[in-house]
Amino acid sequence: MADFIYQLLLTFDATLRIATPLIFCAMAGIFAERSGVIDISLEGKLLSGAFVAAAVAALTGSAWLGLGCAILASVAMSLIHGFACITHKGNQVISGVAINILASGLTVVIGITLFRRGGQTPTLPREARFKPVEWVGVDTLDAVPILGVIYRQLISGHNVLVYLTLLAVPLTAFIIYRTRFGLRLRAVGEVPEAVDSAGVSVTWLRYRALMIGGVLCGIGGAYLSVAQGGNFVRDMSAGKGYIALAAVIFGNWKPLAAFLACLMFGFLEAATSRLQGVDLPLIGEVPTQLMLALPYVLTVLLLAGFIGRPSPPAAIGQPYHK
Amino acid sequence: MTATEKTGGGASASYALELKGVNKSFGLIRANRNINLAVRPGTIHGIIGENGAGKSTLMNIVYGMHTRDDGEILIDGERVDMRSSADAISHGVGMVHQHFMLVPTFTVLENVMLGTEGGALLREGREAARARIVELSERYNLAISPDALVSDLNVGQRQRVEIIKALKGGAKILILDEPTGVLTPQEAEQLFEVLKVLRDRGVAVLLITHKLAEIMEITDAVDIMRQGEIVGHRKTAQTSPAELAELMVGREVLLEVERTEVSPPGDVRFSASHLGYTSSQGVVELDDISFEVRSGEILGVAGVSGNGQTQLMEVLAGMRHLTAGAINILGTEVTPASETNPRIIRDVGVRHIPEDRHTHGLILHFEARENMILGLQDSDLTGTGLLMDQDAIEANCRAKMKDYDVRPSEPRHFAKNFSGGNQQKIVIAREFSAHPVVLLVGQPTRGVDVGAIEFIHKQLLALRDAGCAILLVSVELDEIMSLSDRIMVLCGGKNVGIVSRDEADRQTLGLMMAGQKRTGEAA
Amino acid sequence: MSTPIPPLPRWADLFLLPVINLMAALFICGLIVLAIGENPIEALGVMLKGAFVYSGGLGYTLYYTTNFVFTGLAVATAFHAMLFNIGGEGQAYLGGLGAALVAFAMGWAPSIIALPLAIAGAALLGACWGVIPGYLQARRGSHIVITTIMFNFIAASIMVWLLTGPMLEPGQQSPQSAPLPASSHLPAMHEIFAAIGIKISSTPFNASFLLALLALVLFWVLIWRTRLGYAIRAVGQNPEAAHYAGINVPRTIIITMAISGGFAGLLATNEILGVSDRIILNYTAGYGFTGIAVALMGRNHPIGIFLASLLFGALYQGGAELDFEFQSITREMVLLIQGMIILFSGALAYMFNPPLARLIARLTVSRRAAAHG
Repeated sequence: MADFIYQLLLTFDATLRIATPLIFCAMAGIFAERSGVIDISLEGKLLSGAFVAAAVAALTGSAWLGLGCAILASVAMSLIHGFACITHKGNQVISGVAINILASGLTVVIGITLFRRGGQTPTLPREARFKPVEWVGVDTLDAVPILGVIYRQLISGHNVLVYLTLLAVPLTAFIIYRTRFGLRLRAVGEVPEAVDSAGVSVTWLRYRALMIGGVLCGIGGAYLSVAQGGNFVRDMSAGKGYIALAAVIFGNWKPLAAFLACLMFGFLEAATSRLQGVDLPLIGEVPTQLMLALPYVLTVLLLAGFIGRPSPPAAIGQPYHK
Repeated sequence: MTATEKTGGGASASYALELKGVNKSFGLIRANRNINLAVRPGTIHGIIGENGAGKSTLMNIVYGMHTRDDGEILIDGERVDMRSSADAISHGVGMVHQHFMLVPTFTVLENVMLGTEGGALLREGREAARARIVELSERYNLAISPDALVSDLNVGQRQRVEIIKALKGGAKILILDEPTGVLTPQEAEQLFEVLKVLRDRGVAVLLITHKLAEIMEITDAVDIMRQGEIVGHRKTAQTSPAELAELMVGREVLLEVERTEVSPPGDVRFSASHLGYTSSQGVVELDDISFEVRSGEILGVAGVSGNGQTQLMEVLAGMRHLTAGAINILGTEVTPASETNPRIIRDVGVRHIPEDRHTHGLILHFEARENMILGLQDSDLTGTGLLMDQDAIEANCRAKMKDYDVRPSEPRHFAKNFSGGNQQKIVIAREFSAHPVVLLVGQPTRGVDVGAIEFIHKQLLALRDAGCAILLVSVELDEIMSLSDRIMVLCGGKNVGIVSRDEADRQTLGLMMAGQKRTGEAA
Repeated sequence: MSTPIPPLPRWADLFLLPVINLMAALFICGLIVLAIGENPIEALGVMLKGAFVYSGGLGYTLYYTTNFVFTGLAVATAFHAMLFNIGGEGQAYLGGLGAALVAFAMGWAPSIIALPLAIAGAALLGACWGVIPGYLQARRGSHIVITTIMFNFIAASIMVWLLTGPMLEPGQQSPQSAPLPASSHLPAMHEIFAAIGIKISSTPFNASFLLALLALVLFWVLIWRTRLGYAIRAVGQNPEAAHYAGINVPRTIIITMAISGGFAGLLATNEILGVSDRIILNYTAGYGFTGIAVALMGRNHPIGIFLASLLFGALYQGGAELDFEFQSITREMVLLIQGMIILFSGALAYMFNPPLARLIARLTVSRRAAAHG
């Protein structure tokens, strides 16, 4: 029993680590999509962030500098997205596809130029990564049954970006529901004409939403390569941006619900890796590869209205014409 | 005017709003040409013109939503630069748009706050905004609750929210773009009361409309627009509807159409009994509608726009599925249980001029010849082989363009490149020449020039004389009254009553459009 | 201040604009090459030589071209109904499964029977993978973009599971299926040419290229000459008018996605029946996504799609050559070009439109003035 609880704790712990980049991207997606811009370029932004963070950290030895540059790179990608589909009213999906492919190509091309390791960045020394933060009193609390383990495994011992992501969710909710910017953001995704006629620039509002998304994706990318991992490998975002997008839809474009969806998808993946090769009674060996498809299957079912009814922002996907 | 510039006030300061030489083009279309306009404070100033005359464009320029190409805008005698609606608002201009600018998922309060939140955090300005709504609501008797969800409000209430939005910052100039199009006459009266109070408080009210009666009833002065230009300015007290109509259209208007009185109509060609339609959102759009249309008869359908006309047409055309009652078209019975779609209805011999040619009647990015077979794409007009016969399609289009005088007579031009009137003629050529037994006609002359209107009216009457059974929907009461043999009035999706041509006058129809049954009549 | 923008003449819209967009994409990529310290002209030269001049280069180019014709047609078919099918990748992947399953089942039959059936199998499973998102969009209101993205991942998961489990070649470590029976092998072009006495270099270029050409023709006939094509275009341009015209819009969407998925599935005839003779993990290698660039550049017209496929075929083959000639630029450069092309000819499609239209209008006016003067 104790072992089971311990295993469960480890799974929760892994869930949080897997969910962290998803949460950053999902919050980014909420900002973009709530403003009326479809953002399938989360993937590309995450990837660029991951690459730039690792590259800069490798060159300068500073994880923080890596994080800063990752944010800049990801915001730059957001600006391309904005230039295409806000300024030039291009198709938002096509622009997103272009950015994802660009990111996939650029990271490798620049990576090879800089490091000549086939697109990877060198493995970072410990001091150039975000290290786990040990909370006070971990050792003292160890004596307490269950709570001690929970404190050590689940609460303490993550890196600063994991804690940041837990902050990002209430912050996103606060901005969207409680601030002037949030009110305008929600309005521009529903009826952009209303925002325009109220004397607020639709263009600038949407650009800001995309840039905030860029910042968040950049942090998520840095997490992948300088916190969770120790270097960049090509295409290391591996569909996480898309899963995050699925979580946004699953969470009905609401921050808290999207956060929970990220945790659920993270848990599925964590559980899957724990179940690899395990024989379960009745089921037999778990087809773990198929389980990895569950977030996608669930999203499809949700979108089709088999579980609930999603209500996307009314003006999503439509460029604003005066 | 040079005096104005010298003194910076002086003579022009007696105007709340002045436009001098304003031009605006969209692509090759010159929407506004050399507009000069002067509006005094404390007056209601009308701007009248046909659909497409450029009224809305002009007002959007004043409100900063469109940027003028050149010309000047003066407010209180001061030249201002209207580059965005923010500029307009800061200069005390408020606007109630034809299409409401409200976020349905927001409360009234949130909608009113949008743009003037009063601080970076919503709680900073919330109470002040709430108080302002209550205050305005009481002062003008608007009866709007700040916490109501906009999606729960009806059209009249939404308009009042728009008025609150426009007035919240203390607007000195209030623009209303076709405000009564969606209102019943009674709601319109209420609106006019509000406007009069505003006028008395010194606000300059600009009322944009294409309805002569409104201009005569409420305005102090009026400018008349035609084809992007202002063609006349009158004091309302010194003009007449006939003069305004002539200015709007550019020549004397013949509202009467020559009709031949034919022998009494023949057999019933189609009928509806207790017809009902409830939308998938659960809104009852049509309720218990019964009527019949005979061969050689035009049944007009009158009503304020948005009272079920669109739904009625689409149900009859098979585009929507009725949810109650039955339709009988030439012996084919359609009930909620039976399968129906536009193809089935068309196959029985029904032809349909849809209300909106851009959404339904045409595919703008298709060539004219492809539009000329829309709905008939499986008929022998496209040949009988496996592949469509391109020569036949082109010949068909060429012939019909000739018959109906579509210009330019180019089957390979895209539909979007024809003028509004010629686009409508393409639709009419297609539907009229396909041997209609029953014809459903919606807004046949909307946005069409006068010459084409006459042509279309003549064609309609010719079909009637040839024995076609016609249902005619139009928001233009004059059109209904001059063409129809009998008139059915819809209000709130219900049939208020059917009157014969001789009994129908404006007043009777107006009351019926507001939902009042005629006394002594059993519906 | 905005002056009236004259409409762009048709020839400029169809030919000039795509070329300008391509040039812009290549120009930006050139700048990037320059920034990483190499000579873009030289790089382009290496790519062109690799694609067309070196022995076997052309064969490889046309082999890649075949892939892009199929995936480009898949995207273009859907585009005509204004559907954005991002799922070409997954549909092609499952198309491979379809081809393989039929091939295994028909191992006993002669090629004349087995091959057409295997090809049909590829198209059929591809179509199935397209039809489900189509159905969900048409009848349940799901957004086809999101659904097809999800279906790519679901397809990938299924294939990983199959290729590491049920279909894994016994005794093999790398995830791939057992070889297909010889009866469902599409002959390579060098084999065909050898049969009629012409010797060309041995490349993966195979008979599926002919199928691709046939598909282009069929696509043209379908879209512009059949009543179904009329319905597809009507639904794409104005679904409400299509409904008014008695066209069954949901059914047309579903059929369109079936055809679209079918085209994507045919990718397997080249990659699996023509080249590898077995399913290999991730054999679609992003070809489905390249189809988006191909359709956008080719303006959803068969001639354009063919030319764009040829361009991308050359880029892929020439890009491989970069690996040998340069230290710092590699075939990933092609991804960059591809991304730029999608950006310029897709998302920024109309950026060059207004200035170009004004320029042409000015030139025509001055020429006319000169003629009159």
